[in-house]
Amino acid sequence: MVETALRLGTDIVDVRDVEVAIERFGRRYLERVYTEAEIAYCAGGPHNGAERFAARFAAKEATLKVLRPTDWRPEWRHIEVVRQDGGWCDIQLRGPAAALAEQQGVQIVSCSLAHERRYATAVVIGARTPSDRDAPIAQATSVADSEAPSTDHLHTDHA
Amino acid sequence: MRDRIRSVLHQHAQLAQSIEELSDDADLYRAGLTSHATVNVMLALEDEFEIEFPESLLLRRTFGSVTAIEQALSSVPSSSARP
Repeated sequence: MVETALRLGTDIVDVRDVEVAIERFGRRYLERVYTEAEIAYCAGGPHNGAERFAARFAAKEATLKVLRPTDWRPEWRHIEVVRQDGGWCDIQLRGPAAALAEQQGVQIVSCSLAHERRYATAVVIGARTPSDRDAPIAQATSVADSEAPSTDHLHTDHA
Repeated sequence: MRDRIRSVLHQHAQLAQSIEELSDDADLYRAGLTSHATVNVMLALEDEFEIEFPESLLLRRTFGSVTAIEQALSSVPSSSARP
């Protein structure tokens, strides 16, 4: 199959699940999944910031679907949602996540988060640098292509 | 150990079907285990067994079945035990 020029990742999270995790595990949960900057921003939101945290978890999952890890994987904290002054968000990759993106020839070019009381969702787009094995004209990914293959990554759902 | 693992899964995995209906080798992801629920299962297992999962075990397959979780817990090095 020809690798396409774009990769699309998406995810949806039940805000209540995040709320319950914060209630049960507190800082252990937050510090295992989110960066200090994310915690500082989200914790200021309503309901313990659960909506904002849920949107970021969705964004991290969506990013992993773009990066398609197989035998090793980055931590959630190596994928950071950075909120810009204008209100939109970017994805910042660090450490193993950045290395994986480089290995895959993928650059995260855009993300979009949305949340309301019940659900949070995110979409992430990655642009892949065509390799010699690719077809001369790379095509945008189709809906079917956007379903990542099964991996051994802890964090990736493929439903 | 398996009873304790099943108890954690019952409380935190939010599976589409009861854990009692699943065999030790049943695929928990197929049974509805989500990525976020996996975080809760991981943290609850750490509490139950007083350990901390090393990064090397934070793989999808680690939490794929009761048997897989048991094997992972058995392989956690003693240095990962909580003080």
